[in-house]
Amino acid sequence: MSGPLAWSAMAALAGVGAVGRVLLDEVVSARSRGSFPLGILAVNLLGAFALGVLHGAGVDGRALFLVGTGLLGAFTTFSAWMLESERLWRDGFAPAGWLNLWLSLAGGLVAVALGDALGGVL
Amino acid sequence: MVARRLMTSTPSPLHTRSRATLAAVFAGGVLGGLARAGVGAALPHDPGAWPWATLLANVAGAFVLGAVATGAARRLALSPRARTFLGAGFCGALTTFSTFQVEIFDLLDAGRGGLALLYAAVSVGAGLAAVAAAPAIARRRA
Repeated sequence: MSGPLAWSAMAALAGVGAVGRVLLDEVVSARSRGSFPLGILAVNLLGAFALGVLHGAGVDGRALFLVGTGLLGAFTTFSAWMLESERLWRDGFAPAGWLNLWLSLAGGLVAVALGDALGGVL
Repeated sequence: MVARRLMTSTPSPLHTRSRATLAAVFAGGVLGGLARAGVGAALPHDPGAWPWATLLANVAGAFVLGAVATGAARRLALSPRARTFLGAGFCGALTTFSTFQVEIFDLLDAGRGGLALLYAAVSVGAGLAAVAAAPAIARRRA
C-alpha cells in the first residue's frame, strides 16, 4: 500500500474522481431549478453509498486505498458542501442551509448503512 | 453540459474550454487526493476512534475554498482556470464526504454514539466557520 506505484494509481484515481464529481454535479444542476445544491448532494450520497458497499464487503488494504481513499474520497467533497450551506445562509435562505446540512448528514448515514448491508451480502 | 460538449467532434471555443477545465480539475484532484492520503498516512487511526486526519483535511480544504471562492481570488488575480484547479480540483479532492460518513458509521458501530455526534458537530461547525472566516482573513491580510 505504501509503494510509489500504489500512490501514483491512487492519485490518478483521485483526479478521475474529481472530474466525475464536476461532471455529475453539472448534469444534476442542469436539471434542477433554484439555488439548492442538489448536484453536490447527489455526488456525496452516491459516493457514501459506494464506500458503504466496500465497507460491508470487507474491502481493505490496497484496494481500499485506491478506490476508497483515491476515487471515492476525491469524488465526494466536504468543502463544497460547507461553502454551499454557508452561501444559502448568507443569501437569506437559512431553512435551505439547514436542510442541506441535515439532508446530507442523515442521508449520508442512511446511504452508508444501505451500502454496508448490500456489501455484506455480496 | 460539459459531458455533451466533450462528445461533439467539431472543435469550438466551448469545447476546448471545457477540456481545459476538466484537465485543471483532474490536476487539482491528483494533488488534493495525494495531500489527503498523506495526512491519513501521517495520522492513522483505528475504525471507531477519533479521525483526526479527515477532520484536518476537511476543515483546511473548507478554509481554502472559502478564500478561493470569494474576494481573495479576485485580489490574488486568479484566473478562472486557477480557481477551478484550486476549488473543484484541489479543495474538492482534499476534502471528503464518503470517508467522513463511514467514520461516523464506524463510531456508531463501536457503540460510541456520543463521539460520533461530537465528530459530526465539530466537523460541520469548524467547516462552516472556516468557510465563513476565510474571506474576512483574506481581506485583512491583503
